[in-house]
Amino acid sequence: MLSILPQLIIGAADLAAAFLFMYGLQRMSSPATAPSGIMVAGFGMVAAVLASFLYVFSVGTAAQSHLGVNISLAVVALAVGGGGAWWSGRKVAMTAMPQMVALYNGMGGGAAGAIAAVELFGARTHGATQLGVTLLGALIGAVSLSGSLIAWAKLQGVIKKPLRVKGQQALNAAVMAVTLVVGACVIVATLGRGSLLLAPPTWIMLFFAGALLFGVLMTLPIGGADMPVVISIYNSLTGLAVGLEGFVLQNPALMIAGMVVGAAGLLLTLLMAKAMNRSVANVVFTNFGDAPKQAQGAIKGTLRPVEASDAGIAMRYASKVIIVPGYGLAAAQAQQKLYEFVKLLQAAKVDVKFAVHPVAGRMPGQMDVLLAEAGVPYDLIFQLEDINDDFASADVALVIGANDVVNPAARTDKSSPIFGMPILNADKAKQVYVVKRGEGKGYAGIQNALFYGDNCNMVYGDAQAVLVKMIEAVRGLGLAAAA
Amino acid sequence: MDLSIAMTGFVALYVFMLAAFAGWVIIGHVPAILHTPLMSGSNFVHGIVVVGGLFALLNASTVLEQAIGFFAVLLGAGNAAGGFAVTQRMLAMFQISGAQPRHAHAHARAHHRKPH
Repeated sequence: MLSILPQLIIGAADLAAAFLFMYGLQRMSSPATAPSGIMVAGFGMVAAVLASFLYVFSVGTAAQSHLGVNISLAVVALAVGGGGAWWSGRKVAMTAMPQMVALYNGMGGGAAGAIAAVELFGARTHGATQLGVTLLGALIGAVSLSGSLIAWAKLQGVIKKPLRVKGQQALNAAVMAVTLVVGACVIVATLGRGSLLLAPPTWIMLFFAGALLFGVLMTLPIGGADMPVVISIYNSLTGLAVGLEGFVLQNPALMIAGMVVGAAGLLLTLLMAKAMNRSVANVVFTNFGDAPKQAQGAIKGTLRPVEASDAGIAMRYASKVIIVPGYGLAAAQAQQKLYEFVKLLQAAKVDVKFAVHPVAGRMPGQMDVLLAEAGVPYDLIFQLEDINDDFASADVALVIGANDVVNPAARTDKSSPIFGMPILNADKAKQVYVVKRGEGKGYAGIQNALFYGDNCNMVYGDAQAVLVKMIEAVRGLGLAAAA
Repeated sequence: MDLSIAMTGFVALYVFMLAAFAGWVIIGHVPAILHTPLMSGSNFVHGIVVVGGLFALLNASTVLEQAIGFFAVLLGAGNAAGGFAVTQRMLAMFQISGAQPRHAHAHARAHHRKPH
């Protein structure tokens, strides 16, 4: 009875972890319950990790003599890997979140690949099916590792430009084909069905080299602005790799957790691509700038600059204001100032709402996080489909650091590269103020008809400086009224 | 009493199918406002791979296996701990109107959230 106790505890802990992960994710369906959701999932993780030390009671005879060393190594790896990542996760800036997620995700892919490597090098896996699944998990995990690292480098600014060679897709396909052939050789060589020039370990190393190279080649050509979609794809792939290695290790907790994330990542990827009005294939195989550049006809009309203080006062006397924040706001570190301004407006009984586009920020939902970080309550933050009809009844739309997501060309101009992308209807508001650093274009490199509209005024300047002026102007009014 | 788990052939496919379906449905209910923490949160969930890494490392019998196993646990632990840290940090920022500012003490915040 005593001998099955460790097994029983491991089984129970893994079962609990699998349940708690799903329950935790389920609690993420509302900002009110989400914080408890991640805590619940965290308990599941701790339980599963602690219980897995009970594997020491069931290790094979070959590993018995190494047990002391292996346990020490495990503790060191947990402390260093876990501690380092915890520390980095605690101090990373919210604006740098996309690359951080890419990095953690690459680690997961690498771990799945490494597990497969242990299985393969140790020749622990038997039978063609098992070997095939191990290799598939290894392939996906390795691609996810090297691909995520490239994505991290791009978002971090280590790699500045998309790198492309002629015939990139043919090259990628060739690398993948060779890797798959090498994978077949690994299976044949490991099963001992005929000699294949090289010993199994050499084939295995070639296989991993091919997979890692493919991840690099696949990610390098993709532009920095598309990285969020890529991160989501790799998140999904890592989940898949973990699930497959779970099958190889006969661990249902890994299978379930991996596959839940695999499906979740796929759904998120599709949602994101939809918000950008593009297919996933389009993101992966082409580039935003690759669409034949239309000679953009100059838009008729003039830009009307206005003083920040005047714009601020106009909003103070409006009854309904909708703010459209974009990444420029975060780049200027002006979220705090914006919320300070919003609180002044609220004190003057102005109805203020935030309208967030799905691709505002560098990853979906990042703008929401950045606003939350500045203290904006989540009940003031609305998503595109929930607020778009409200613009028509708004006195003022304040567009700040956003551009393409409010470009009406997406609705009307078939030749525009962003045609068909869902946009926020800021142009429908009675008055529009656009806070912008200069007359430059958005990341799609196109003119914005909104800025030339009769109801639009431009407030030029750094978002932070502009908001300071707006705040001073509204405060000044209050003082004048009190005097 | 036999506790060994046999996940072969179709049984494994059933598990995969049900898990994928559950993931799709659960994530489909998450509002867009939480998509960033959701991505890091699901990222955290596949950090369970650290358990597989521990299994591989504890069963290692050669230096090569120990080295790769160590690497697997190191990376898996990084995935899990990092994913948790950033997700927890982000989710703690989401407050409803009328709640204490986030600089306030943690349990004052929890108290304020209750009525909603």
